[in-house]
Amino acid sequence: MSETVPGNKMKKVIKKHPLAIRWFHWINFPLLGIMIWSGLLIYWANDIYRIRWGDKTLLKFFPNSFYKALNIPFRLAEGMRFHFVFMWLFAINGFIYVLYLIFSKQWKFIFPNKRSFKDAWTVVLHDLHLTKKRPTEVKYNAAQKIAYTLVTFMGLGSVLTGLSIYKPIQFGTLTNLLGGYEWARIEHFTLTILFALFFVVHIVQVILAGWNNFQSMVTGWFVVKEKKSALVTVPVVAETTKTGREKIEMQILENEENDEEDIAQSTKMKTKNKFKNHG
Amino acid sequence: MDNQQEISVSSKKFRKKSIIAFLVFIVVFVAAVFAWKWLRHQPEVAGAQKPLRKGLALDEKVFSKTLNKNHLAKTYPVSAAAKNVRVNGLIGLKSELDSSWKLKVVRSPGDTLFVSLDDIKSLPKTDITFDFKCIEGWSQISHWSGVKFSDFAKKYNLGLQTQLNYVGLSTPDKKYYVGIDMASMMHPQTLLCYEVNNKPLPLNNGYPLRLIIPVKYGIKNLKRIGTIYFSNTPPPDYWYERGYDYYSGL
Repeated sequence: MSETVPGNKMKKVIKKHPLAIRWFHWINFPLLGIMIWSGLLIYWANDIYRIRWGDKTLLKFFPNSFYKALNIPFRLAEGMRFHFVFMWLFAINGFIYVLYLIFSKQWKFIFPNKRSFKDAWTVVLHDLHLTKKRPTEVKYNAAQKIAYTLVTFMGLGSVLTGLSIYKPIQFGTLTNLLGGYEWARIEHFTLTILFALFFVVHIVQVILAGWNNFQSMVTGWFVVKEKKSALVTVPVVAETTKTGREKIEMQILENEENDEEDIAQSTKMKTKNKFKNHG
Repeated sequence: MDNQQEISVSSKKFRKKSIIAFLVFIVVFVAAVFAWKWLRHQPEVAGAQKPLRKGLALDEKVFSKTLNKNHLAKTYPVSAAAKNVRVNGLIGLKSELDSSWKLKVVRSPGDTLFVSLDDIKSLPKTDITFDFKCIEGWSQISHWSGVKFSDFAKKYNLGLQTQLNYVGLSTPDKKYYVGIDMASMMHPQTLLCYEVNNKPLPLNNGYPLRLIIPVKYGIKNLKRIGTIYFSNTPPPDYWYERGYDYYSGL
């Protein structure tokens, strides 16, 4: 978007990500990283999982070159102490995130509905350039909804399977429900692999989606592509478009009622009217 | 609720917000990197960074004090037990075993009780078949017999001693040693064990007497007990000194 008159032009934005969700997301990112890394240090000490086809081992978790590259071997004690300290932060962040989704009603944007499953398939086909169709979406597309909901449940699954192998006697009932100690360990491991796969797809999608999408996870604001017609109708000059501006402000104030303190304003803004400096 | 409606903002405002948001983002990111480096290079207590030791102490508090001390390890039918019991460590077993071995129980400094294997075998025998869990991550269902430590303590009038916070155990050569909180030691499944699969323990599995403590990882199940003693402060622990959690409870 070129700007010929900087500071004087209007941009259409969507307040896409509330401040809280951005914090949860960016806090979770390193925490999950630490959990996976320390988990690897632990797993190495008894790295028995393989993908087999008949007698043939297709994939060993993990190849020695992988361990070497990441400096994994002989660090079990270190892995355990990091894992069992950072687990609290990971679990608490995830727990508050879910509470936030529920009480802010943000879950409505994320939780899939009946149509999502059908639409998600179209989204996948679209992303693979197999169809031009694209289902309408609010905030997230159907595939995103399913993925983000699933990954939240995976977090819960990791906590539960984790507890059941961390304290298999104290949480004996849970361990039994998960199929016993060894099954729970396999489940915990599988969830980690799924997290890693999610991470890869997520990164690829973020790169493909581009800067506007990425920056919205930092700033909260997603810039709506300006169409030519939109450019004309956006009110710019204060005096002549006062009614138009007021309309927008009214709409904004409506939105503001339940709005989050945005990162930029919370430090700067002291006046009541957040949008005073319009135009 | 953020209702995902379009709003109009000036480019100036948008830019200002972006700059501040990214500044906060970068500052927090850099702070996190420094915090991580700080944590990794904290002074160590027994081979583990001090803050993490504190974290592990918190774990112990949460999981030992708030949960039931007498939760039992799941038991299995004897038929489920492995015929070949895995041997994973020989520290403390490499020196010659004295043929006149007797269990030393230090009741107080200078007051040591000597108990022979036959005396121990004369106490009520308890069997357990449970899933033995190694800190490395493997586990094996195995069948053990011996005398409950709580029965042993009762028989030898260790009532005062078992009021203390910890029990220490070491091999005769003192090369391997563990410390165990009293609640876990007095747990009804904790055995002074002399048989595996109904046969005397082999040397590499701790003959003549070993500890079987299902509520702890294998590292606490000391083989070839030489001395048992009591203490209010945590006794030295071999793997604790090498960076592992002292409690190591399940």
